[in-house]
Amino acid sequence: MARGEPEINPERCKGCELCVSACPEGILAMSEGFNKQGQVYSECIAPEKCTACMSCAIICPDSAIRIWRYAG
Amino acid sequence: MAQDNAKLVYDRPEALVDRAHHYCPGCGHGIIHKLLAEIIDDAGIRENTIIVAPVGCSVLAYFYLNVDGCEAAHGRAPAVATGIKRVHGNSKHVLVYQGDGDLLAIGTAETIHAANRGENLTIIFVNNAIYGMTGGQMAPTSLAEQKTKTSPYGRKVADFGQPIRACEMINTLEAPVFIERCAVNSVKNILKTKKALKKAVKNQVEGRGYSFVEILSMCPTGWGIKPVDALKWVEDAMIPYYPLGNFRDR
Repeated sequence: MARGEPEINPERCKGCELCVSACPEGILAMSEGFNKQGQVYSECIAPEKCTACMSCAIICPDSAIRIWRYAG
Repeated sequence: MAQDNAKLVYDRPEALVDRAHHYCPGCGHGIIHKLLAEIIDDAGIRENTIIVAPVGCSVLAYFYLNVDGCEAAHGRAPAVATGIKRVHGNSKHVLVYQGDGDLLAIGTAETIHAANRGENLTIIFVNNAIYGMTGGQMAPTSLAEQKTKTSPYGRKVADFGQPIRACEMINTLEAPVFIERCAVNSVKNILKTKKALKKAVKNQVEGRGYSFVEILSMCPTGWGIKPVDALKWVEDAMIPYYPLGNFRDR
């Protein structure tokens, strides 16, 4: 049961992969496609495992990630 | 947002302008700007804050932080900030944002004397052990044997001396009230950095005096490695020479 979800803005992502290395659940990965800047971007591949710990958002240098937490 | 009961728990801080910044992928400046914006929002001082930007990659800091700003000549940020602070007194809070080339090479005199006078300023020193903006030349903080554009065989201590430890140097002076070294290479260290910056800003708001926060940061482009490897380089190479921790808290 997911406790939250990251909302990643692909157009702000520069593809540095810091969030991928920071995620304790290992549920972030880089996209196969490209954004308008021509960069690969971070995607959540298993949102149901997200604990809303915010690690990815805290380490994101480009403030491309918002975190939603589910109540209850 | 997938569910109706979802609550936004982490969002871009209000004091951070909603625009893409010019930093390279994996650069630490983006993280530090975000922390500063969060602290400015938390303290509710956005209307009364003036940032003094340095020369270096963060030269456009006032583009990204939604506060008043002033650009200083290379290395002179503490001198410019002294003027601003003395004119405005405690009605304005002056944040001085500097890199290692700015603070420790061309601006060493201004840094030391502003600290020695105990000006009521918050100095944010971003140490990435290289000159990022000009293309990766050796800085006073480049580590021994570190390869840069101007030390292709590694920094030779016999020729260039040991890298300067800014916190330890400032710590020999009487006047500063807060000195701490932190890093932004992991979530844990980022949270510690936020705590230190918060204290440094609070000191100024309360009129206590000079606060100096050194932040070890990543420059993947200048170092020629991947952003994720840069996090590890900070941990394995920089932190052993630049130990993290608080040096003074009065």
